[in-house]
Amino acid sequence: MSRPSMWETLRGIVRRDLLLAMRRRSDAAMSVFFLVIVASLFPLGVGPEPAVLRMIAPGVLWVAALLACLLSLGRVFTADYLDGVLEQMLLISQPLAVLVVGKVFAHWLISGLPVVLLSPLLGLQFGLGGESLGVLVLSLLLGTPTLSMIGAIGAALVLGVRGSGLLIALLVLPLYVPVLIFGAGAVTSSLAGIGGEANLSLLGACLALSLFFAPWATAAALRIALE
Amino acid sequence: MDDGFSGRWIFEAPGAVEKPLTDSETHKDSTLRQFFFFGLGGIFQTMLQTVALSCSRGERRLFSDISVTVKPGTLLAVLGENGSGKTSLLRMLCSLLSPERGAILWQGQDIRQLKELYCAQLTYIGHLNGIKDDLTPVENLTVSACLAGDESSGALVQDALEAVGLRRSVHLLPTRVLSQGQKRRVALARLWLSTHPLWLLDEPFTSLDEAATNYLTQRLQSHLRHGGMAVVATHQEVALPTNAVQRLRLTG
Repeated sequence: MSRPSMWETLRGIVRRDLLLAMRRRSDAAMSVFFLVIVASLFPLGVGPEPAVLRMIAPGVLWVAALLACLLSLGRVFTADYLDGVLEQMLLISQPLAVLVVGKVFAHWLISGLPVVLLSPLLGLQFGLGGESLGVLVLSLLLGTPTLSMIGAIGAALVLGVRGSGLLIALLVLPLYVPVLIFGAGAVTSSLAGIGGEANLSLLGACLALSLFFAPWATAAALRIALE
Repeated sequence: MDDGFSGRWIFEAPGAVEKPLTDSETHKDSTLRQFFFFGLGGIFQTMLQTVALSCSRGERRLFSDISVTVKPGTLLAVLGENGSGKTSLLRMLCSLLSPERGAILWQGQDIRQLKELYCAQLTYIGHLNGIKDDLTPVENLTVSACLAGDESSGALVQDALEAVGLRRSVHLLPTRVLSQGQKRRVALARLWLSTHPLWLLDEPFTSLDEAATNYLTQRLQSHLRHGGMAVVATHQEVALPTNAVQRLRLTG
């Protein structure tokens, strides 16, 4: 008998979650559609004034991306919790944090990455230009993994609780505030012509911090949820 | 409760006469005595051991001061009516639930310290099957074997599924279209791939037909013959040679 290496375990978990997402494409597509619809409704509601649209673009796009992420958080652990797979996964021969990183990475691939890839298209609707589009994509690329990481803590904490959808939002949204401010700030400052580097570095710092702490916090929350 | 605590249990060593034990002190003593007589050697030889284990859920005391030892080649059958704490005991043994009092030792070391190293030694099948409805039996088994660190080549997985009596025609169907008994068989097929020495099975015989029960009993037998250990929570008798089976009756 050989203990699987950390990479093998990680790969196994990510591959499994992607396979499951392929079987349930509608679930995965839901949050992306949500983003597209919300981002398209704003120009319709606010009116076609290019200056106004460009001004609200960073905030609207970031809030939409954040809510889309929140929408898919419930699925990270709940299904596995209900059919007993999570119980089995807690007994893998690796630190629990490895499992969490694997699951969060898969969650990001399924619901975060499409948001990043779609964002230039949505930015065009708001009249964003070349450089600020680039900053938008970059800010989402740094920000959405952070959202998934922080969200996993909330998802693990509300496991097995009734009405967990609202609770997860209450728990997680305050923690999303810095990411939202820095993300939208990066795009705004690039629109103002002062470059988004400062805000992007802060986003990077948020990502590093959440990569370091969130897996352990989530692992502890999972242990409590399954007791 | 006239004896001061409600969580009672009766332990039958292989071949011993059933004798209710109401005094918790005697068992604590015997554990200590065992420790002093056999010393470290004795403790290391015995593989899985519980020391004065207690469990309450809410206000209710389920069991207290359980001290049993599972040696290589033996099976511990945990018997008891519904709600007597069988599942709680099993979840404690696989470190999902931390004991209220007492300790669980694996080769003399507390499993709370061993953590993943202990998890690498056990295969746990709970009362939930732990399989995904959207995946096929083959995929389910491959994934769980991969995570458990067992070999999961295509041929081995096929063989394991056939060993529990699942015909090839169902191997590639989504598990959600299978019957309850077939799903249980998919979950149990992990045992045919498992190379871990300790098996913890929670009601493995539920919704199995006679044939599958026989397959499982044979698999348990060969596991024990190869020096494996098993703890099985059940309310039906396990048809195994009596010298390999100890019984723990929870009467909470």
